[in-house]
Amino acid sequence: MRVERLNSKRRELVSDGKTDTGPLDVVIKKYSGKKGIMIPVLQETQRIYGYLPRDAFLRLSEELDLDLSHMYGVATFYAQFRLSPVGRHIIRVCHGTACHVQNAESITGALEETLKVVDGGTTDDGLFTLESVACLGCCSLAPVMMIGEDTYGKLTGSQAVKVIKDIRVKEKDLPI
Amino acid sequence: MGQVRVIVGLGSCGIAAGAGKVYERIRSLKEAENLDFTLSKTSCSGMCYREPLVEIIDETGWYLYGGIDEDRSVELLNSHIANNNPVKEYMVCTDLYETPDSRFFRKQVKIALRNCGIIDPENISEYEGRGGYEALKKIVSGNISSREIIKEVTDSGLRGRGGGGFLTGLKWKYTLDNKSPDKYVICNADEGDPGAFMDRSLLEGDPHSVLEGMIIAGLAVEASSGVIYCRAEYPLALKRLDIAIAQARERGYLGRDVFGYKGVCFDISVKEGAGAFVCGEETALIASVEGYRGMPAKRPPFPAESGLWKKPTNINNVETYANIPWIIREGAAKYAGYGTEKSRGTKVFALAGKIRHGGLVEVPMGITINDIVFGLGGGIPGDKTFKAVQLGGPSGGCIPAWLADTPVDYESVNATGAIMGSGGLVVMDETTCMVDIARFFLDFTARESCGKCTFCRIGTMRMLEILVRITEGTGREEDVPVLEELAGQIKESSLCGLGQTAPNPVLTTLRYFRDEYEAHINLKKCPAKVCKKLLRYEVSEGNCTGCTVCAKNCPVDAISGERKGIHHINQDICTRCGICYAKCRFDAIMVN
Repeated sequence: MRVERLNSKRRELVSDGKTDTGPLDVVIKKYSGKKGIMIPVLQETQRIYGYLPRDAFLRLSEELDLDLSHMYGVATFYAQFRLSPVGRHIIRVCHGTACHVQNAESITGALEETLKVVDGGTTDDGLFTLESVACLGCCSLAPVMMIGEDTYGKLTGSQAVKVIKDIRVKEKDLPI
Repeated sequence: MGQVRVIVGLGSCGIAAGAGKVYERIRSLKEAENLDFTLSKTSCSGMCYREPLVEIIDETGWYLYGGIDEDRSVELLNSHIANNNPVKEYMVCTDLYETPDSRFFRKQVKIALRNCGIIDPENISEYEGRGGYEALKKIVSGNISSREIIKEVTDSGLRGRGGGGFLTGLKWKYTLDNKSPDKYVICNADEGDPGAFMDRSLLEGDPHSVLEGMIIAGLAVEASSGVIYCRAEYPLALKRLDIAIAQARERGYLGRDVFGYKGVCFDISVKEGAGAFVCGEETALIASVEGYRGMPAKRPPFPAESGLWKKPTNINNVETYANIPWIIREGAAKYAGYGTEKSRGTKVFALAGKIRHGGLVEVPMGITINDIVFGLGGGIPGDKTFKAVQLGGPSGGCIPAWLADTPVDYESVNATGAIMGSGGLVVMDETTCMVDIARFFLDFTARESCGKCTFCRIGTMRMLEILVRITEGTGREEDVPVLEELAGQIKESSLCGLGQTAPNPVLTTLRYFRDEYEAHINLKKCPAKVCKKLLRYEVSEGNCTGCTVCAKNCPVDAISGERKGIHHINQDICTRCGICYAKCRFDAIMVN
């Protein structure tokens, strides 16, 4: 589906030591010995890291007795899971039917141009990831986009761009 | 003076429109100035097009205000609350007199949505105050048997509201007949159809009615645990479900010994979906709950025989469960009194697209599409012409305007080639290209196909390629027959509903709008002026005043011309973005 595959050249199943897997202790404790845990475990892992790091796969597989290939199969099947880091803000532009007939294409187009990324990509500064989603369920406010928990409705391309610019300005004020 | 109540609608659409800020503003003003009224929240009343909504109830009557932003909320408090002077300007509805918006509610019969937009969904007492959990109490205290519950549900004529249309009582009976110490009840809340938001609104607005329906189903099929499989894209619904489940456990409606009756046990857990449309299909949903890729399995065995963890499992949709407590409480005959002979009761529709009053409506089965679009929905915005409605999402089809007197019931809708589906109803006008819509849905299904069946996996991709070709002006004459051939093969050779119905959007548009396909293929024109590669923007010399607005706004500098002189668009540079057309105030840009 929409998920980027891991680089197939690296086949050895060893840690690359890049990720601190300490935060996974809670997840392992919570789900140890239960059945049907695959999806919730991956969801909680992604909540911690923003994506599914390689080392998390390895540790979870070992400690929760999950088959690595099964984990990878599930992670690449569902649209929610990501195998690479994402920007601080995920912009989800709705492309449901109602948004489509109200020209959602122009929202994605305007954002692609402003952010200089293609759909699915992350900006160089790591601030934004641009995504298309199937339906956010706010059809009567079409066209809609969602950034974090905030939903913006009845958009035009230029309004969408303004929202992004406002976030950028706010981010610059923040200490790094 | 009686107590004045102020209620703010905080459903997802309301919050997206700014209702959260309005609620906070009213709350802080009330505290700061120690104003005398009670402030509470509710969820979506269905009137999404007028969000944010604020209700005021005082001794003179009921007033519903729409389009309220923070400043207007202050105005409401000053005028209506402080000076007893209702603000006519923002009034949407009132019980004192008819307003133009009153007709949005007039033909509606609210059964599944009976509490949506009325109660605070996070407060179980408000649900109980409107007859909530009485149906469950009636069953448990009256010692009503499984068979009797099922008979009542069967007699009501309720059919699966997720789109399948299978008789709910019969489904329950099959699960009951399969004996096993462990059985499950699943609520399918994986509302994946783009353009549908009934289940989201129900879960956000009245989660307890779904829980109560599930508990009753559990008692009927002799299951002791339930699972709600809900989309992760609905964070508010998930949050309110968690709150509702905790409250129901506290009151003893869920858990061991329901209502204090020994041996009656039922508990519910929530599973978050991870984003796969195919998981709306029951066997794929079960695979997903078990932690596998959401791939459908061959039926039989049906879930009623071998479902979750290979145990008998009853799966219904959110709306189906929400109807159950009402049916038990009010009786099957009353429910069956609505609707048509074969399609009893009511159905919730999500109205969206090119319609004035978009939102959520619940109507008796058998009402016509025209009634919904023009009666409740207020018709098409602007002076545009109504062209078609799309029913049933990617599995459904387009019903053209000339068939809009079709009654909405399972059989009549199926006869048009569309399906009832879960209830998404997207209205389209003359500016919607039907070939583009078919391409849009095929793009969706091709992407969401799980890949198990060859015809669905590869066939939808081939169909999509042809549709893309047609919309880009390189369609060939043989494309239409090839589309039809592929459609037949995909329908026949796919295991689950996704593949079996994926060609429907193409087949129905071909059936009713074949001329549009022909215009794209033979004339290389898009009659609705949507398909970009077939468009040509030109300046009408007669209308151009040389105001330079188009040239200034053109993102690629394709427009040249002197001030007060006629402008010209360079077709080699033009990207057909349409900005000049939108910006020109003199109708001087023509699209051909």
